[in-house]
Amino acid sequence: MISFDAVSKTYAQGGGRAALDGVALSVAAGEVFGVIGASGAGKSTLIRLINGLETPSAGTVRVDGDDVAALDVDGLRDLRRRVGMIFQHFNLLSSKTVAGNVAFPLKLAGMPREAVKRRTAELLDRVGLSELAGRYPAQLSGGQKQRVGVARALATGPKVLLCDEATSALDPETTEQILELISGLNRELGLTIVLITHEMDVVRRVCDRVAVLEAGKVVEIGAVEDVFLHPQSPTARRFVREVDGPLGGEPGEGAAVDGRLVRLTFRGDATYRPILGAVARETGVDYSILGGRIHRLRDTPYGQLTLSLTGGDVAAAIARLTAEGVRVDLLDGGAAR
Amino acid sequence: MNALLVNIDWAEIGRATLDTLAMLGGAMALTVVLGLPLGVILFLTGPGQMLRNRVANGALSLAVNILRSVPFVILLIVMIPLTVALVGTSLGVAGAIPPLVVGAAPFFARLVETALREVDKGVIEASFAMGARRRQVVLGALLPEAMPGIIAAATVTAIALVSYTAMAGVVGAGGLGDLAIRFGYQRFQTDVMVVTVVLLLILVQALQMIGEAVVRKVSHR
Repeated sequence: MISFDAVSKTYAQGGGRAALDGVALSVAAGEVFGVIGASGAGKSTLIRLINGLETPSAGTVRVDGDDVAALDVDGLRDLRRRVGMIFQHFNLLSSKTVAGNVAFPLKLAGMPREAVKRRTAELLDRVGLSELAGRYPAQLSGGQKQRVGVARALATGPKVLLCDEATSALDPETTEQILELISGLNRELGLTIVLITHEMDVVRRVCDRVAVLEAGKVVEIGAVEDVFLHPQSPTARRFVREVDGPLGGEPGEGAAVDGRLVRLTFRGDATYRPILGAVARETGVDYSILGGRIHRLRDTPYGQLTLSLTGGDVAAAIARLTAEGVRVDLLDGGAAR
Repeated sequence: MNALLVNIDWAEIGRATLDTLAMLGGAMALTVVLGLPLGVILFLTGPGQMLRNRVANGALSLAVNILRSVPFVILLIVMIPLTVALVGTSLGVAGAIPPLVVGAAPFFARLVETALREVDKGVIEASFAMGARRRQVVLGALLPEAMPGIIAAATVTAIALVSYTAMAGVVGAGGLGDLAIRFGYQRFQTDVMVVTVVLLLILVQALQMIGEAVVRKVSHR
């Protein structure tokens, strides 16, 4: 649905530093794709390249079959009707009512008045704001404003929804509601969603895949589960740590322990099965738990434990755990035998 | 009461008041017609805006600054040949309107430009993201969002025009200012001076109150 091919963007005022540097990624239709990065990493530029609010300095951005930079004015307007966008600060027109805001893109597209009315009512119903149709944005809460933003973005029946830090200005409870709304749109309408955020928690709750952006480069990209449980880059590790806290038991942290230091990662059903005790009994290995957590990624439960293994047949224990579908990482160097 | 106001010819005052209102109304209408587009163009051609054009913006800005820095009394006199060419006379209400418009329109344009700068950039970006053309962004988002500021600018301009109309009396424009100068000042008729000043004061107050009421009505922030 969306692809970036060696895309770079340098701003004239940016002193030569590239906001994006050779970005390549693709987003499949119906996917919820997250882009996470610190401020200044280039997220904002990346998402604006998708609907042509920015043009790339090099490389190609393709959306729904079109090369965005090659579109003429009318082609770009047509693309923008197929790509909705919501914003951190909502960007509603303060001079128009809730209904007026939702109707705005329809009027821009030249839809007849009666049809605009019907469609607006339908959209407000979808986001649960029918009663507030006559209010002005200044009279709404942040969550209500973002719902208006979502209704407005959906007005022209887009295939793609771009979310520009859409929950960053909201409190945790409202964030949850808006994320649920966005997930629902993905499930029910098959909408392809690209969201940018600096919060790993948002990625964990709604995304299928995620790209980690650092100084204009994609440093890591993959399924959310993989990036979350086994982050490869320091940036990704830092983001995971921000939401989950340190796991504990990292080498060089705290008291010296004997034995082999390992990290076990359980996913899905394995999380709740009594694997560890069984393996310990069979192989005669003793373990002490140095750190751990159990959480869920959207609908997948996962657990991570840092253990020190002593005595018995450590190699056999690791083999048994691996056979049970538990991923074992050795933290004190050396390969898993 | 009548002993205090011996020199007052109420019919004359009435005519002068109507002249002032006519100058104000005519000049204000033309000021908006010319100044609003000028302000919009000043804004749109500014740095970082959608029609950014350094040359056009610089030229317009210079023209506006020159007109704004000429004292109005001087402008009145300098404009006389142009005024005669435009409306056939430099006297009366008709003769006053061209210099009033030339004096007020650049002022109003600057205020409009400032009001447009206050509009949230995010709203403009969102309008483009929804597939709006530039014209639709300006007419459908930018101007409505700036409307409270533009109305406030119009109020300030109208009040400035009231004092300009009084000055226009110097070149024979008629109106309350003319009355105040010819009778109140040159003939030492203090009562005429007082009455005209009070009427001008009431006019300014009324404009301010109307302006504020309209701003409240159109502002939903």
